[in-house]
Amino acid sequence: MEYFVQLFMGGLTRGSIYALIALGYTMVYGIIELINFAHGEIYMIGAFTALIIASVLTLHGFNEIAIFVLASLAAVIYSSAYGFTIEKIAYKPLRHAPRLSPLISAIGMSIFLQNYVLLAQTSDFLPFPGLIPEFGFMKKYEHISSSAELMIFLTTAVVMVILTCVIKFTKIGKAMRATAQDRKMAMLVGVDINRIISITFIIGSALAAVGGVLIASHIGQINFYIGFIVGIKAFTAAVLGGIGSIPGAVLGGFILGWTESFATGYVSSDYEDVFAFALLVLILIFRPAGLLGKSGSQKV
Amino acid sequence: MQKKSEIKKSLLVSLWFMFLTFPIMVIRVNPVEKLVEWRWRNMVIVGVGSFVLSFVWRYMLRQKEAGLKRIYAGGRYKIPSIQRVSEDRRLFIPLLAVLSVFVVIFPFIFSAYQVNIMTTALMYVVLGLGLNIVVGLAGLLDLGYVAFYAVGAYTYGLLNHHFGLGFWAVLPAGAFMGALFGILLGFPVLRLRGDYLAIVTLGFGEIIRLVLENWNDLSFGPSGIANIDRPSFFGMQLSLQSATVYIYFLMITLALFTVFVVNRLQNSRIGRAWIALREDEIACQAMGIDKTKTKLSAFALGATWAGMMGVFFAAKTTFINPASFTFLESAIILSIVVLGGMGSIAGVIIGAFVLILLPEYLRAFSDYRMLMFGAILVIMMVFRPQGIISNVRRTYKFEGINVPGEKNK
Amino acid sequence: MKYISGRLFLTAAVLLSMMITISCTKHESGSIKVGVAGAHSGDLASYGLPTVKAAELVVKDINARGGILGRKVELLVEDDVCKPEVATNTASKLLSQDVHVVLGHICSGATKAALGIYKESRTITMSPSATNPPLTQSGDYPNFFRTIASDDAQAKLEVDFALDILKLKRIAVLHDKGDYGKGLAEFARGFLEKSGKAEVVLYEGITPGAVDYSAVVQKIKNSGAGAVIYGGYHPEASKLVMLMRKKKMGTFFISDDGVKDVTFIKVAGEYAEGVYATGPMDVSKNPLAIAANDAHKKTYGSDPGAFFLNAYAAAQALLNAIEKGGSTEYKAVSNALRTEYVDTPLGKIKFDERGDAIGVGFSMYQVKNGEYVEVK
Repeated sequence: MEYFVQLFMGGLTRGSIYALIALGYTMVYGIIELINFAHGEIYMIGAFTALIIASVLTLHGFNEIAIFVLASLAAVIYSSAYGFTIEKIAYKPLRHAPRLSPLISAIGMSIFLQNYVLLAQTSDFLPFPGLIPEFGFMKKYEHISSSAELMIFLTTAVVMVILTCVIKFTKIGKAMRATAQDRKMAMLVGVDINRIISITFIIGSALAAVGGVLIASHIGQINFYIGFIVGIKAFTAAVLGGIGSIPGAVLGGFILGWTESFATGYVSSDYEDVFAFALLVLILIFRPAGLLGKSGSQKV
Repeated sequence: MQKKSEIKKSLLVSLWFMFLTFPIMVIRVNPVEKLVEWRWRNMVIVGVGSFVLSFVWRYMLRQKEAGLKRIYAGGRYKIPSIQRVSEDRRLFIPLLAVLSVFVVIFPFIFSAYQVNIMTTALMYVVLGLGLNIVVGLAGLLDLGYVAFYAVGAYTYGLLNHHFGLGFWAVLPAGAFMGALFGILLGFPVLRLRGDYLAIVTLGFGEIIRLVLENWNDLSFGPSGIANIDRPSFFGMQLSLQSATVYIYFLMITLALFTVFVVNRLQNSRIGRAWIALREDEIACQAMGIDKTKTKLSAFALGATWAGMMGVFFAAKTTFINPASFTFLESAIILSIVVLGGMGSIAGVIIGAFVLILLPEYLRAFSDYRMLMFGAILVIMMVFRPQGIISNVRRTYKFEGINVPGEKNK
Repeated sequence: MKYISGRLFLTAAVLLSMMITISCTKHESGSIKVGVAGAHSGDLASYGLPTVKAAELVVKDINARGGILGRKVELLVEDDVCKPEVATNTASKLLSQDVHVVLGHICSGATKAALGIYKESRTITMSPSATNPPLTQSGDYPNFFRTIASDDAQAKLEVDFALDILKLKRIAVLHDKGDYGKGLAEFARGFLEKSGKAEVVLYEGITPGAVDYSAVVQKIKNSGAGAVIYGGYHPEASKLVMLMRKKKMGTFFISDDGVKDVTFIKVAGEYAEGVYATGPMDVSKNPLAIAANDAHKKTYGSDPGAFFLNAYAAAQALLNAIEKGGSTEYKAVSNALRTEYVDTPLGKIKFDERGDAIGVGFSMYQVKNGEYVEVK
């Protein structure tokens, strides 16, 4: 039973990260129907920025909490800035292009960003400081989960609630929903489409940065390549939950995290990814639009 | 006045990029030795560079928009020069002759290395044409195309290793296995649309690779299969140098064969059905086209070429392991199709040459090779989103009847 | 039309190319060309670049003394990114530039792919780092030599260490699903099962680059293993070790020379303490090794990286064999490699029939106070 709980908690951590990144995928997809392959790279850049800022601050003798807050803030700001810029350069000129062109542009962007960080920084793995503070009360539950894992889950939950509120209750959220439903119609009723798309990219990138900082300080090391695999997994999670649906992305993330964790724990980690993808295929066969996706019939 | 605002714009861009690249370009930390290196020179480079580039960028965007406007305004649609050439027999035939001569003497004037990468480029031509059937014609986004490539390669690798079967015997078998796996993938995903299909095919590609990696008894795991036989020449094994040339000509033949078949296929009944399916699934069904059969045939026929090329790949490198069949490979093949121009055969050929030869010739830039590759992909897409050669639909014109105002339509 | 002519030309072309092959033999004058192939860019560049530097240093030395057989030595450096399909291109590029011998490649997979091509053109190839056992043991590649011991020797050492010195009864064997790591793990499992002294409680591959390894670590904990024998490279190893130590597990961690890298200690920091790893025998007392390291520091201003000394020795062995053999001919060189001892930073070495260096082996190291120290 304890083993089960341990695996459950491990899956929850992993799922939280997937969920945070999947949110970015799903929001962007919901609005401009683009699989943003460069999203994983945003997560990597977030982690790198946090590492750089944290190292500089450590040298200047800041205290731990200040470093954690400032480094995370820097990661969020810079990731958002990158997300914003990438949209302007690589996707905006392609808004009326054939559907696959932005996808190739995104793949190009992803390759570019990886090599940009590789050249400007290093190809080596860098140790990432454990920014997340240790909580005293977690000592008792140490055998099940750690402070970092708890923190990751809590952050995801809080972010998720805030995001839902923003989209449900604010004016911007309303405009986003309108854009997602029908871009032309939204434009006609006075929604500034370009602004909404930019905001979507900024929010999505900020979430990815949060994920990047959390997981990097949990795992303790980063390099320029970490975004790629996580990006693909998060995308899988987004599709699993129904791409374009925000609760779907979170659900998809958790399901994927648990599947991998339990598959490793009870079967073998050799086939961890095979289980994940097989589950995806199975779910899509029975629910072709994902778990929470709208699978209404197509308008003619 | 105009100039002033332009300069202001570029200044802002330059400032923004200086801010954006600040942590990653300027600071380099060494968390172990607790060292921080400030590289302010990089900031100056970024600032000046982005200032200049932003002018170029805006100029090119304006050019592109002007071009689009001309088309929307009802002006003559400029037929791409390649299409023009290929339709004019007087130009086409001499050009083809020159090209054939070049192709034939190529291996004798260039080094084995050049021949080798040309062969690789030709392989990607065929792969691109195969994927073009699925993505370009039938409109099914396939991100796991490399799986069929792997299936073909392992078909040859294993049959050669265990039973000593030769290249020629396995080539059709590889094609068949490719088609079989194409159908195998096609069945469960028939109901899926658009990007759901994309992720399932991606997953399928990964599953195939992971199984090859883990199932030691079948595939020898990550250490792969070595010493695979090269194609034999009427039963003779050739020396390395002549084998390179031989493989090159073999590949030329295969590529021509592919172009021929795909071209015929495109204009056949089934080719039209694919295009109809791509344009509108519901209308296509309403016209009485069997959706299931059409989709499956697209998957199967697309995968056939990948299977064949897999066999060829195994024979060419004489060594295969699962590491050669990653998602990035699928992405490159997809880029070939989209960059070249979806649905256009000439486009795919040019796309393959650009994308495969580019990184090889970019070797001179060593470290910056992949950086430039990524940047070029983005730039190409931004300025030519329809690909290098856009596929112009076959249009039927009435000659001789002059309806006023209907000129040049 | 073109289709048919292509076929016709095919036959003629192949015949022509055969004639070219016959007329084209390697020149026996001019400089001696040494190809250096390996990963010089991408994520494994840190394994390949030190070899280039070693070759540069050796060649500079020899050319300063007037070269070999009255000829200067020239280096041709090519990148293979450690990918098999790129390695074949690299190999053919080197051959088309008429190299006489090749120093490389770095990764086993790439080496295997390239060796087929070198073998047919009878080019001696010497790797400083490809440890895959079949490369020499299969007997398929008579043109292949290496200045590093093979994986099975490493696995044997790891297993013996766990059984005889740590006296463990339950051992988990993990690998990274890669060519190198999985091969090593297979050997380790084989040796463990054959010994009958301990039980393999877990045998699994982990996915490189996965978000985290907590599930695998829980599984190790649950299996009650006393030690983990891990086959693979340092990035995954450090993640595993850090997670294990954070979960307060005292399980021994025994790994290979992919982990015996300073980067591992740098990244894992305090968590690296106590980790065992096998690596090439300690030669830090060897005067030639000290000289080579000093030369590196003087020329490049930094400490040498992975496999530097192996590469240094390989370059020396190759050039020495050309000198002793009196020519760059395949027969002469391979003969000289097998018969003539050469003084290198790894000690006095020559090569056995299969191409493995005699006198090159592994020792066990442990991380103590942030440094690898040989376990006596």
